[in-house]
Amino acid sequence: MSFLSSYIHYIGCFSLILIGLYVVLVKPNLIKVIIGINLMGTGVNLFLVTVGYIHAGTAPIFSEAAQQPEGMVDPVPQALVLTAIVIGVAVLALALSLAIRVYDHYGTLDLRKIKALRW
Amino acid sequence: MRRLISLLLLLIVALGIFLCFSGASFGAEGASRAGKLTEDKVNFGRRYASRGLEENKAGNIVASVVVNYRGFDTLGEVTVLFIAAVGLAAILHARREEATPSKAEPASLIVFTGCRFLFPLILLLGAYIFIHGHLTPGGGFQGGAVVASGFLLIYLGCRGRGLRSAGVAVAESLSGLAFLAVALVGLAVGGSFLLNFLPKGSAFALFSGGVIPLIYVAIGFKVGSELGGIIDNLSGEAR
Repeated sequence: MSFLSSYIHYIGCFSLILIGLYVVLVKPNLIKVIIGINLMGTGVNLFLVTVGYIHAGTAPIFSEAAQQPEGMVDPVPQALVLTAIVIGVAVLALALSLAIRVYDHYGTLDLRKIKALRW
Repeated sequence: MRRLISLLLLLIVALGIFLCFSGASFGAEGASRAGKLTEDKVNFGRRYASRGLEENKAGNIVASVVVNYRGFDTLGEVTVLFIAAVGLAAILHARREEATPSKAEPASLIVFTGCRFLFPLILLLGAYIFIHGHLTPGGGFQGGAVVASGFLLIYLGCRGRGLRSAGVAVAESLSGLAFLAVALVGLAVGGSFLLNFLPKGSAFALFSGGVIPLIYVAIGFKVGSELGGIIDNLSGEAR
């Protein structure tokens, strides 16, 4: 029980990654595969933020000069994830535009029906 | 069958992750357990948090890290965003030429008026977020995303109106060039790329932090125009 309560955030983000991987592997619909890839990215972002978390920490933002930096969480993973989220949106849009082109070409989004990808 | 194989693979991956991370003491808590919090060279996040305020005079340490300490990474990430937007435009370009103009039904009067009323307020909120990025939570990336959500509202509510692609290209290029120019001026003045060369002022004032607000405003414009261009391309009604 103590294992579960102290590592629940790591368990959560790795479950997100694994759920995303499962969706990518199993679902035949291209849109769902893209959603799965996005879930994996969300899990990785959550993991990066979690690594920098300190128990009962505050945001790394000073609002007055007297504030002490001791209770602040690590700002570096937050800075990385901040940019990674925006890039994730752009990459998602790129993947969706590829899906639009695939639909134009094959007339379906079912990966089993698309000849080149049959397995 | 496919499900079974996939579940087996997931089990193997999960076991691998668990074996990798069960023995590691990583992150801020691991570092504090190992007693390394005081060694600035080991834990550079701690160093940024404790020295960032006096070095950059910017209250938001995350903004300090994004724009100043790790500014080179941010330049690379903005480039990745640009390449994704260009790739999307290139992929959808051929489609747009053959597509007939869609005859979408115009939105009702209430939706139309509401969108026109909300759009400037959303732009104002986005501009506020990226101008105050060095003081409060937020910054160029978040403010740019808010601005792009305003453009999305226009595409949903006011059909027939939208971005002019020439204006988007100009805003995107100029803001990217402004980021690079500020970085190169730092190289010319002080001998290092992205140097914080401007007077830093006093902390917690609007004009503080040296080049951090300048670069954040440039990033805000760039992200806003790029995401707006992506929405423009995806909505398929571009002029």
